[in-house]
Amino acid sequence: MSVDPDIGAGWERTRKRPFTLAFIGQPNCGKSTLFNEVAGYRSVSSNFPGATVSFTEGQVRILGRTIQLVDLPGIYSLTPMDPAGRETQRFLLDGSADVIVNVVDASVLSRSLELTLQLMELDIPVVLCLNMMDEAVRKGIRIDSSALSRLLGVPVVETVATRGKGIRALFGEALRVRKRGRAGRPPSQSRDVEGVIADLESDLRNRIPPSVPVSGRLMAVKLLEGDPDFEEILISRTGSLPASVIRNRKRLERSHGKPADAVVSSERHAIAMHTAESVSGMGKPSVGWRDRLDDALLHNAWGYLFLALILGGFFISVLRFGTWVEKPMTAGLEARMAAWFATGTPGSLGPALLRAALYGFGGGLTVVVPFLIPFLLGLAFLEDTGYLPRAAFLSDTFMHRVGLHGTAVIPFLLGYGCNVPAVMATRILGSPRDRFIASVVAVLVPCSARMTVIFGLAGATLGSLAALSVYGLNLAVVAGSGLLLSRLMPESTPGMLMEIPPFRRPRLKTLWSKTWIRLKDFVVVAWPLLILGSVLLGLMDHYGWTDTVNRMLRPLTALLDLPAGLGVVLVYGLLRKELTMLMLFQVLGTRHPAGVLSAVQILAFTVFVVFYLPCLGTIGAMIREIGARRTVWISLFCLAVSAGLAAGVRLISFVF
Amino acid sequence: MNRDGRTGGSVVTLDRCRRGEQVRVVDIRGGWGIRQRLHQMGIHEGDPLIVRCSAALGGPRLIEIHGSDIALSRCMARHILVETAPE
Repeated sequence: MSVDPDIGAGWERTRKRPFTLAFIGQPNCGKSTLFNEVAGYRSVSSNFPGATVSFTEGQVRILGRTIQLVDLPGIYSLTPMDPAGRETQRFLLDGSADVIVNVVDASVLSRSLELTLQLMELDIPVVLCLNMMDEAVRKGIRIDSSALSRLLGVPVVETVATRGKGIRALFGEALRVRKRGRAGRPPSQSRDVEGVIADLESDLRNRIPPSVPVSGRLMAVKLLEGDPDFEEILISRTGSLPASVIRNRKRLERSHGKPADAVVSSERHAIAMHTAESVSGMGKPSVGWRDRLDDALLHNAWGYLFLALILGGFFISVLRFGTWVEKPMTAGLEARMAAWFATGTPGSLGPALLRAALYGFGGGLTVVVPFLIPFLLGLAFLEDTGYLPRAAFLSDTFMHRVGLHGTAVIPFLLGYGCNVPAVMATRILGSPRDRFIASVVAVLVPCSARMTVIFGLAGATLGSLAALSVYGLNLAVVAGSGLLLSRLMPESTPGMLMEIPPFRRPRLKTLWSKTWIRLKDFVVVAWPLLILGSVLLGLMDHYGWTDTVNRMLRPLTALLDLPAGLGVVLVYGLLRKELTMLMLFQVLGTRHPAGVLSAVQILAFTVFVVFYLPCLGTIGAMIREIGARRTVWISLFCLAVSAGLAAGVRLISFVF
Repeated sequence: MNRDGRTGGSVVTLDRCRRGEQVRVVDIRGGWGIRQRLHQMGIHEGDPLIVRCSAALGGPRLIEIHGSDIALSRCMARHILVETAPE
């Protein structure tokens, strides 16, 4: 029996939305790992604070119930200091969550409880999830979770998300707490502070919008702390900030001799410390390889040597492995294609298109397997061990020279994989100015697609020295642009403040899943595009349209001293950078362009392609993160840089 | 007297502390934003911390506080007044 779709939709609307469970916690406490363990690998998890910058949802059936799971960016407090955290705050204040699973890194219990105390003030039931129990044990910390549960009045479940331990119990508690409703009162602050909070709370009664799941007490606390988002909620309702807020802030300041926000947060800190101390005992920490590794890797001389060795070794081994695999693959593919198409009338459309499609398919294959897979695996490894924040720590000094601080190294390094997540990762930076400069830098970082062009074209035909010089030039441009922008937009940023997580042993399963989630983007988006583009090129060739495009782009190809036929190739680079190289081969009819183009031409082409415009995916991400206007500026900037540099390559070769 | 002319138990900004020094936070100087950011990372008045290491050329410091390692730039460190242990 079929139901009228309209009636069905109406019925759906009136039905309650599914039970929504949100994972909330401080950065790098394992929210995404927990999420992935239940919902399948969907939310990229890493070992650095701020790996999740947007929220991921997934529906699962657990214990006979359909549950909507939401993984959110980590926050240290309900007053987030960066846009990623603000997303979490907005979600919580929207009232979208039915139950909060407050994920806590058990090895840093006291600091984590500061967030817990704030979450308990929301009108949403909370389950405390003591995650990373294994790490706490290693640090010699024993936690009495039932005592903690008694003290706070919320259920506490111990888990080890990386090994799937305790997850069933966690969901059991979440379902139970939902039925029971909000429970637990956070321990109260000292009497005079409580007095001020109570006074303000009674004054604010009936002024909090009913749609906001915030208790009067939390509102009072956050207003005393001067949280701008909570002020905004109240102002949107009442038109202005009530005078009682200012009056009560002054009261606290007078009685404690320090700003009201410091009074409130110090009180909370004291409660959290006291609670953590009363439920945990210190045993003997096991000093292991992790500490010794840090002594070497963060050493202020050796650390830099290791940094160079690790990153250099990573890139060189990917390049070596890639060319080693790619050469026989390409040769085999070409031999087979030559054999297949040896018979057949030249000039007929069908075989020409088939050939083009196969060429596109083969081109994709020779990019993915040899270069992309090892690159993404290596990046995942660096991320999951926890080396990235250490690289950020070491490079902070240099990043300062280009007007940013070390935290910006994370989007920068992610940019080596793909610029899209790199641009999104700029959300972990607090100031809009930092985000803008970091986006420019991230967009210029030689992503895996550009590396493919640098190594596959310049490297394969002109030697590794040429490839490394293009690569070096790229880094110089990155540094130069950062320097230029920070001079144009001077601002003293307070600089780096970042937690450095302990080293962790990466799990093979996670590495594969993460590589696959990133590879999927290539396989399902770029590869079909490549095949389609190749076919389209064959069609255009057949009907003679290519000449029109080439004629339009002639000024550009003339500037680069390239054959007019390559104009259309540059257009493909907008879709994906590696398409330029593959389409170049396609247009020239050979995978060995050295015979057709001069060394200078190849170099100029490579340099131009590396810089000229961010690909469409990146442009989309930039528009979302920094707005269309700034995206246009960055794109024009890239175009100018690329044309200048490519012309420079010609000029230099002309002189020598 | 220490090498750099400080007497033991004196109050200095965190950026002047050396590797391995154990100190106690006395005050956080700075506006609302700085205070919020440091408080959220668990750095408050009265807290003990250890300077674990510092990057080269005036780079950030790594401190251990409440069981976690936190990197803070020299700029940030200047906002934190600490009391060194008397020798």
